[in-house]
Amino acid sequence: MIEIPFINLAVIYPEIAIFTASVIVLLVDLFMKGEKQGTLSTITMLGFAAAAIIASRQWFHFETGFSDALIADNFALVFKLLFCAAGVLTLFLSVHYLNREKIFRGEYFFLILSSTVGMMILASANELITAFLGLEVMSVPLYLLAGYDKKKLLSNEAALKYFLMGAFASGILIYGIAFVYGNLGTTNFDEIYRALQGKTLYGEPLLLLGLGLILIGFSFKTAFVPFHSWVPDVYVGTPTPATAFFSIAPKAAGFAILFRLLFKAFAPMMPDITGILWVLAVLTMFAGNLIAIAQRNIKRMLAYSSIAHAGYILIALTTGTADGAKAAILYLLAYTAMNVGAFGIVILLGREGEKDLSIAGYSGLSRRHPIAAAAMALFMFSLAGIPPTAGFIGKFYIFRGAVSAGFIWLAILGVVNSLISVYYYLRVIVIMYMKPEAESDRVITYPLSLMVAIILAAWGTVQIGIFPNSWLNLVRDSVSGFF
Amino acid sequence: MDLIDIGITVGKVVIIFGALMGMVAYMTLFERRVIAFIQGRIGPNRVGFQGLLQPIADAVKLLFKEDVTPAGANKFLFAIAPMLSFIPTLLTIAVIPVAESSTIFGREVDWIISDINIGILFVLAVTAMEVYGIIIGGWASNSKYPLLGALRASAQMISYEVSLGLALVGLLMVTGTFSMTEIVAQQSSFLQWNIFKQPLGFLLFIIGAFAEVNRIPFDLPEAEAELVGGYNTEFSSMKFAMYFMGEYAAMISISAIMVTLYFGGWQGPILPSPIWFLLKVGAFLFTFVWVRGTLPRFRYDQLMRFGWLVLLPLALFNIFITGVIMVL
Amino acid sequence: MYMAIFILFAIMSIAGAIMVITLKSPVSSAIALIFVLCCIAGLFALMGALFMAALQVIVYAGAIMVLFLFIIMLLNLKDEILGEDEKKVTRVFGSILGIAFLLEIGFFVRRALTVGSESLMYPVPEQFASIEVISTGLFTKFLFAFEITSVLLLVAIIGAIMLSKGEGKTEY
Repeated sequence: MIEIPFINLAVIYPEIAIFTASVIVLLVDLFMKGEKQGTLSTITMLGFAAAAIIASRQWFHFETGFSDALIADNFALVFKLLFCAAGVLTLFLSVHYLNREKIFRGEYFFLILSSTVGMMILASANELITAFLGLEVMSVPLYLLAGYDKKKLLSNEAALKYFLMGAFASGILIYGIAFVYGNLGTTNFDEIYRALQGKTLYGEPLLLLGLGLILIGFSFKTAFVPFHSWVPDVYVGTPTPATAFFSIAPKAAGFAILFRLLFKAFAPMMPDITGILWVLAVLTMFAGNLIAIAQRNIKRMLAYSSIAHAGYILIALTTGTADGAKAAILYLLAYTAMNVGAFGIVILLGREGEKDLSIAGYSGLSRRHPIAAAAMALFMFSLAGIPPTAGFIGKFYIFRGAVSAGFIWLAILGVVNSLISVYYYLRVIVIMYMKPEAESDRVITYPLSLMVAIILAAWGTVQIGIFPNSWLNLVRDSVSGFF
Repeated sequence: MDLIDIGITVGKVVIIFGALMGMVAYMTLFERRVIAFIQGRIGPNRVGFQGLLQPIADAVKLLFKEDVTPAGANKFLFAIAPMLSFIPTLLTIAVIPVAESSTIFGREVDWIISDINIGILFVLAVTAMEVYGIIIGGWASNSKYPLLGALRASAQMISYEVSLGLALVGLLMVTGTFSMTEIVAQQSSFLQWNIFKQPLGFLLFIIGAFAEVNRIPFDLPEAEAELVGGYNTEFSSMKFAMYFMGEYAAMISISAIMVTLYFGGWQGPILPSPIWFLLKVGAFLFTFVWVRGTLPRFRYDQLMRFGWLVLLPLALFNIFITGVIMVL
Repeated sequence: MYMAIFILFAIMSIAGAIMVITLKSPVSSAIALIFVLCCIAGLFALMGALFMAALQVIVYAGAIMVLFLFIIMLLNLKDEILGEDEKKVTRVFGSILGIAFLLEIGFFVRRALTVGSESLMYPVPEQFASIEVISTGLFTKFLFAFEITSVLLLVAIIGAIMLSKGEGKTEY
């Protein structure tokens, strides 16, 4: 008989909560008659809430389980909380949108929930195979969400592109994992770390190849330049709330696993690969920001801006220090708030059939809809990194971390990029406040759920911006035990 | 490995495949005579004593027929498709122990061509490849009915392969090995036959087996009434003959597998082991013909519903119940 | 002998792989892919990993590729629908990148052979691909990965149903 190792389920309690909610959603959707959107979204919300409560109660517990395949340290938990927050915000964004576009189906909630399960696994994965499966559990629902509005051709295109690119990325990733395993004989991060002692990356060509392929695989998911080509089309074709979800949660999950991979497993090799990360960061920032300038469609602009923001977080990754990791988490929290807000306004101002998405169409918005315009201005300021908003705090700590780690040039290039981005973010504000009112039959209703999402996002943006101390404490705790 | 070993291996291959090919030839006659008996006719009895030379006459006739390749057909695939259908069925027999091991030239000879330890998986793998001959043949003909036959074949074989494989899982739980030789060794007496340990599993397996070899009541890929001749409509001469032989060889090898897995293989009292093996296989072959003579064909939707909604759950239930019994 | 068989399978699988991407008709490509998969199964068997070889044939060549062919033949795409490959530039560019990638991997492997053979490969344990070793791994060390696959499959099933359930026509 084989000895079944001790199974520590505590390490996946949040995942279990979310997965249970997703199965309940499926069953309720199957058996319930009549209007069920309210019930389903409540169940989803409860699932996220339960997971968040469990995750916060595990703070400082440092559970490990399943032969060390999973680890629930604070670093993983803070990401789990982030995913729950992103999920709840997306839910608030979705309710009104799904009704407006008449595409409500129960599977929507299931997909959001099951994707979150994958992200959580990715955040606590301490082993390459588990990480790969987490990535797949995260990605497959995302492909489906991209093609969720299946009557629309753009949505179909988004799903197909995302799926093909994702499949390629998975293939490359698993190829890299094979090389690493072939070289070291293990996929566990701790064991990789031990096996790497006393080795240099350039002395191990196959290991270098494997790590390179793994990096490429994850770079597709987090959309670093030059692995970003799918982003704009996918973001535009996907239903807008799902786009908001795409731009936050999978990216955060990708960064979570990259941090664990590079700072823990391949820590001895980190000095050798900062060069590669440096180039990736610069490319990602510049390409994202420069192409964003030329965009006329707000969703497309936000797509490129999300690429650029990934570039800023890459700076934090490049530094390889605890300060960098802290700054990255803070930035991801800030980015969640401000990006959800921006997408919320886009949904608010849009009309059935995903119309009214051009930036020019926002001209003179401040006169008729001052509240919406003001909120949009707040989020744009924050995305541009202007104080006293969350975006500023996030960028400040990232650049400070880069400088203190000796990456002066990287910090300078980051600041330059922030300046470039100011141009296209402020252009939205200029159009809203200083251009004459456009001929538009735009009628805005203020649905409660959407307003909740926008208010929460605005609160987060301001709160992180003005009172960053409690957030800094959270971030400091979250990397304890990680270094 | 010396010359005698090589000689013995070659000898085994020649004898086993020779026997198989002979059985394929005479299976055609057997089927026609039995069907005739069921239907109250006489059947072919003119060529040789009781029609015993009929298969040879048929072979000669097919050899001399014109070999037509339809216009617009993919020539290469059209040519290899019949072989693809025929070869896997022959391969299956390579992992089946056909007789007790004996001593020749002072050496122990196991009467199995290749005694690999994953025999059952090998059988499943090869069975899975059988479908390609049909699919490729149907597509390469560039003709409508063959294509329909090919599509039906692929859907059918995929559906029933699942239940076939799952039916075997129960057996594997009981035997604890993938090796054909060991499975035969475990069934040394009548009461130890696996059929008594896995009655439901066997039932599922034999239904799946009928579907895998495309025999009535699952012969939708070649339903004459609807599809002219199904996937082999456009084939003539030896190519057609090869499909034909492939079907019979598949029947024989799947019977041999059932005998080996569930009915004690070559084991039996008094008579020598190859005779027992042949008798058991013969009984199954008779069943195949018998079923053909008595049952009507399924409709396509019935076939699919039966496969997915009846067989598959039953196969899972079989695994479950086997597990429960093993634990208790 | 071992080397000869290896080279045979290797050449056949590479030739098949080239055919997969160069053949015109999708059905021929799929058939070439089946051939490649069978050759890879042969390579597995050559390494003594009979179990992997059998799984390769059952799962990939036997099940997945049948579905591939089924779908391709059901759609029965004609050349007119597939269209001529208009973007010659992408094709050329793609080939160059692909070849560059291939050379890069070749370069790494070559360097690995020269740098130090001692660290080249993790020593393969005895019976590394037997059924016992694989299943023990699945139910102990990789238990979580094994179990989470069920979630992945559930999502995939729901997704397939969601996408294929008809709901009117596509808007253009």
